[in-house]
Amino acid sequence: MATNVESVNVSTGRATRKKKKVSIVPYLFIAPHLLFFAAFLAWPFFYGVYISLFRFDFLRPENRPFVGLKNYANLFDPGSVQFDKFWNALGNTGEFILWSVLPLVGIALLLAVLLNRNYPGRGVFRTIFFAPYTLSVTVASVLWWWIFQQTGIVNEALQGMGLKPVNWLGDLPGAWVAITVATIWWTIGFNTIIFLTALQEIPKSLYEAASLDGANSRQQFFLITVPMLRSVLVFVLTITLIASANLFGQPYIMTAGGPADGTQTVIYRIFFEGILRGQMGTAAAMSIFVAILLLSLTYLNFKFFGATEQQ
Amino acid sequence: MTTLQTTHKNLQETDVEIGESKVSKFGFYLTLILFALFFLLPLLWMVVTAFKPFEEWLNPNWIPVNPTIENFTSIFNDKSLPVVNWFLNSLLIAFLFTAAILIIDSLAGYAYARLEFPGKNLLFGLMLATLVMPGIMFLIPNYITVSRLDWIGTIQGVIAPGLSGVFGVFFMRQFFQSLPKELEEAAYIDGAGIWRTFVSVILPLSKGPIITLGIITFLTSWNDFLWPLLILGGNRKALTLPVGLATLQGQYTFDYGKLMAGALVLTVPVLILYAIFQRYIIRSISMTGIKG
Repeated sequence: MATNVESVNVSTGRATRKKKKVSIVPYLFIAPHLLFFAAFLAWPFFYGVYISLFRFDFLRPENRPFVGLKNYANLFDPGSVQFDKFWNALGNTGEFILWSVLPLVGIALLLAVLLNRNYPGRGVFRTIFFAPYTLSVTVASVLWWWIFQQTGIVNEALQGMGLKPVNWLGDLPGAWVAITVATIWWTIGFNTIIFLTALQEIPKSLYEAASLDGANSRQQFFLITVPMLRSVLVFVLTITLIASANLFGQPYIMTAGGPADGTQTVIYRIFFEGILRGQMGTAAAMSIFVAILLLSLTYLNFKFFGATEQQ
Repeated sequence: MTTLQTTHKNLQETDVEIGESKVSKFGFYLTLILFALFFLLPLLWMVVTAFKPFEEWLNPNWIPVNPTIENFTSIFNDKSLPVVNWFLNSLLIAFLFTAAILIIDSLAGYAYARLEFPGKNLLFGLMLATLVMPGIMFLIPNYITVSRLDWIGTIQGVIAPGLSGVFGVFFMRQFFQSLPKELEEAAYIDGAGIWRTFVSVILPLSKGPIITLGIITFLTSWNDFLWPLLILGGNRKALTLPVGLATLQGQYTFDYGKLMAGALVLTVPVLILYAIFQRYIIRSISMTGIKG
């Protein structure tokens, strides 16, 4: 790399000062990105913590007293204004994680295995499975909102089979079923492609050896595929967990957080508290608390599953 | 010899596997087709509903009896719904965002891949660290920053925060690192500077990754919902299509045909892009997996 620096100096006409001088050119290359990085990723990291220590009413700049950790304490004080709705939202987010993560990972793995064989039309199926992922959350949500309407096609089908129609979006757990199905439909292609890529990297010789030893395809799946996929499984599990914890657009459009705040999620709550109510201090505190929860979850995930990997 | 044999054997084995028994072959294709229907039928239902007249919306027929385009004309003609504006806003924002990302991330990616400068490792480490930070932490402070800049309701307010992202930088860096160093050395010997080398030697070799990054950046921006909702939510004319469609739903609550027509307008450009650039889109996601 020394040659590079030298040639820089030559090329930029600064050969007179020779090597010692640090070239400014590399900094010009990184400057545009660094500017945005500093303003919208590095700075808000600290600024968010700062805001969370104030009663930061967005609409009343003249009255923003320092309150220390009170915004955090309020989250644990059953008497505070925020307590009930925040923990309700946190509980709902947890519920959606329980609903969604297992199918999002499990079905994606199944789809990837189906796509990993050789047969005519394989590319077409891959195209179809991935297509919804390219759509906007609005399209996915409005579409499934229509499908799960009381007068929608799902209820038509139920009635056609002689069953009672269900008020999917207006009742629990119907609303979670609708949101989960919409989410699976919309995003599962992403996990599928990641699994498919990983499957294609498993050496074929392992399967050959196993089949010579008489292992059937189920044994091959659990004794070769799953262990070989372990690190990718942990990765997919983690990003799916984080994505599910960030649920917002689907309930915003499909249920408006209802019925009775039953599908209001943490992001929804922070949006409500900070943007709609202008309470930036408490919203920032909530964000940081949730971020710490997510980081711990990611850490545990890797520690728990990552450790078994090294056996 | 062995290689040939193995390949041959592989093919044979796969055939045998699928042909194991008629029953399992049938089950395999049945599973595939059921999943394909799960992904396709909702899209088809969107198209069908969009072309149905009012009287047919609530009927479960999959072929409109009297197909019509009135759902489209009525949303385009409704003065309170500037759908054309939304479409143009989405297009403009996605183009500007993509262009900006391609320029600043390939520049930065090249520097982190190939140039030496004090502070490089520190900066790169900082960027890596932000990858694990949950995005929710940045929402409120960035909203305040954008409002301090008086950018609420503006295009730059939607675009600027996203330019801080590190994915594109890593993506381009990874590609530049894979290029042989001899290319640059030859250019330097010929007397070209870093800038000239980058523009006339490196960039022409980078078409593939630039297209890949461009397509996924465009899609991400075109489909983005939460941030444009926060920044543009107060100004009806300035909305993007995804945010606008959500507004449409608020206004036309039970006008299903019109809503599906709106959803279709939002979907068609994306599916066209997907049809043309599928390979690039899927490759970029494969890379995400490898990175993890």
